[in-house]
Amino acid sequence: MDNYSFQPLGDSAIQLFFKEEPSPLLNRTISSICKGLEGKKITGIIESVPSYKALTVFYEPWNLSYDTLKQQLEEMLDQQESKDKLSPSYVVTIPTLYGNEYGPDIALVANKNNLSIEEVITLHTQKDYLIYMMGFMPGFPYLGGLDKKIATPRHENPKARVEAGSVGIAGDQTGIYPFQSPGGWNIIGRTPLKLFQPDNEQPFLYKPGDYLRFKAINEEEFAEIEEAVKQGTYHVKREEMKG
Amino acid sequence: MILITKPGLLTSVQDLGRYGYQKYGVIASGVMDQLAHRVANLLVGNPDNEPTIEITLLGPVIEFQEDALISLCGGDLSPTIDGNPIRTWRAVLVKKGSQLRFGQSKNGCRAYLAVAGGINVPTVMESSSTYLRAEIGGFQGRALKAGDQVSTGALNDISRSILKHLSFEDKGESFVEMDWSVATDLVPNFESPATVRVIRGRQYDLFSEESRSRFYSEPFTVTTQSDRMGYRLTGPHLELETPAEMISEAVNFGSIQVPSEGNPIVLLADRQTTGGYPKIGQIATVDLPIIAQLKPSDTITFEEISHGEAQLLYIEREQKLQQLYQGISLKLR
Repeated sequence: MDNYSFQPLGDSAIQLFFKEEPSPLLNRTISSICKGLEGKKITGIIESVPSYKALTVFYEPWNLSYDTLKQQLEEMLDQQESKDKLSPSYVVTIPTLYGNEYGPDIALVANKNNLSIEEVITLHTQKDYLIYMMGFMPGFPYLGGLDKKIATPRHENPKARVEAGSVGIAGDQTGIYPFQSPGGWNIIGRTPLKLFQPDNEQPFLYKPGDYLRFKAINEEEFAEIEEAVKQGTYHVKREEMKG
Repeated sequence: MILITKPGLLTSVQDLGRYGYQKYGVIASGVMDQLAHRVANLLVGNPDNEPTIEITLLGPVIEFQEDALISLCGGDLSPTIDGNPIRTWRAVLVKKGSQLRFGQSKNGCRAYLAVAGGINVPTVMESSSTYLRAEIGGFQGRALKAGDQVSTGALNDISRSILKHLSFEDKGESFVEMDWSVATDLVPNFESPATVRVIRGRQYDLFSEESRSRFYSEPFTVTTQSDRMGYRLTGPHLELETPAEMISEAVNFGSIQVPSEGNPIVLLADRQTTGGYPKIGQIATVDLPIIAQLKPSDTITFEEISHGEAQLLYIEREQKLQQLYQGISLKLR
């Protein structure tokens, strides 16, 4: 097959590149290979990192050779093509309180796009967003699928402080800040969920290849969920995607 | 137990890194100089992934609150025990109450202090490395500061055998050095100008012919904008033949990225997990300890090496470390 290629990333990693443009289907292929590789528990593999058009696999060259690993990946790609066995996708619900001090830029997003605040919320919550990759900071998702009607350029001067859990829009991307940090995104809401819990057995609520669905909540619900998260009793809604 | 009396410039607990979470955006962290860290551990009988204390340029003052079997590997920052110089790259038994201090850098800029039994800190996501920006791992998620008391673990059999070869002779001395060290071919040369071997990066061919040839022939200088995340270098201006948009993908320890302003950045232990700049090269793993020891204003030249050679050198290095491990076990029989 010639829709992909391999290249070393130094002497301890191999990169599998796809020639096609990023798409939900390509992302599913990359996620499936990543998951398949993790399931095989091959000696010498350290970890795999998916991105828009590539899967990077870090390995120990004294335990596993480049050629052997490349062959393993080729076999997996072949099998995937014949069986069309892509692993299912999941959608994770992110309860979000929109507007006011939680989403100080929502009026700006509405004005720039000639919409009401309610319309911004409706447009933002009615889509499921694919996590193409994660990076920048622990738990930060690079999401695809924002409705062009609410696309808004990032602030020219980044703000010194964006609260953890802030949901924002920058250009045609939407995302969530797992930590309090400086940032240039237009903040339209905030989730009470904790996106990075290093002491938990599973520190993250979602992974690359999952979808995120934002659900509008009110202040009372925000307080309830925040408390439940603190107590460790909140169950994040994660369901298999249909179709 | 050891007491940090003065913290030094940047002193933190690190191991070989935090793996398995890069796909979630969690950086690998870990020691900058893996070779020095591993040898330091082996010399005191520890497994090579035990946490050590990474010491940067201006060292801390550390007081040992009980007798301790230690070793210092990596850069030579003129370590002394109670005012008397001690040698690096060898095991040393230090007496309770003695003080470890550092002076000027003779070579390199990072020293690794291993203590038999290891540095005792809770693991976070399967690693003891300090992830400074996220404030997790290591000692309370931060660099060490004055007053910190760091506990050390119980000795294993190898450490106990090493101790049998070292004992105080009751002359009031505050330390005893082991009479053997590691083979010199395992100790890298940290002198500036340094030469490191580099494999072509994925976008190497996209750089202009002039950039490609100057990259492998002219020296670069380490700037002050250099830290555990990466080193910014200055030198010949590097540019793509035709500007191109890159899409973010994973990067590695030692990836050399070139942003559009033309000065390369070498990505190191605290690198972000992904990057979107063209990569002109990738430093061979065996030479990462050399770059990890460079200081601002040191110079460096890049020498081309093939992917195959780099892998062979990597395997050779692992065999030498294996021999060192076996050698230590044999000497102690």
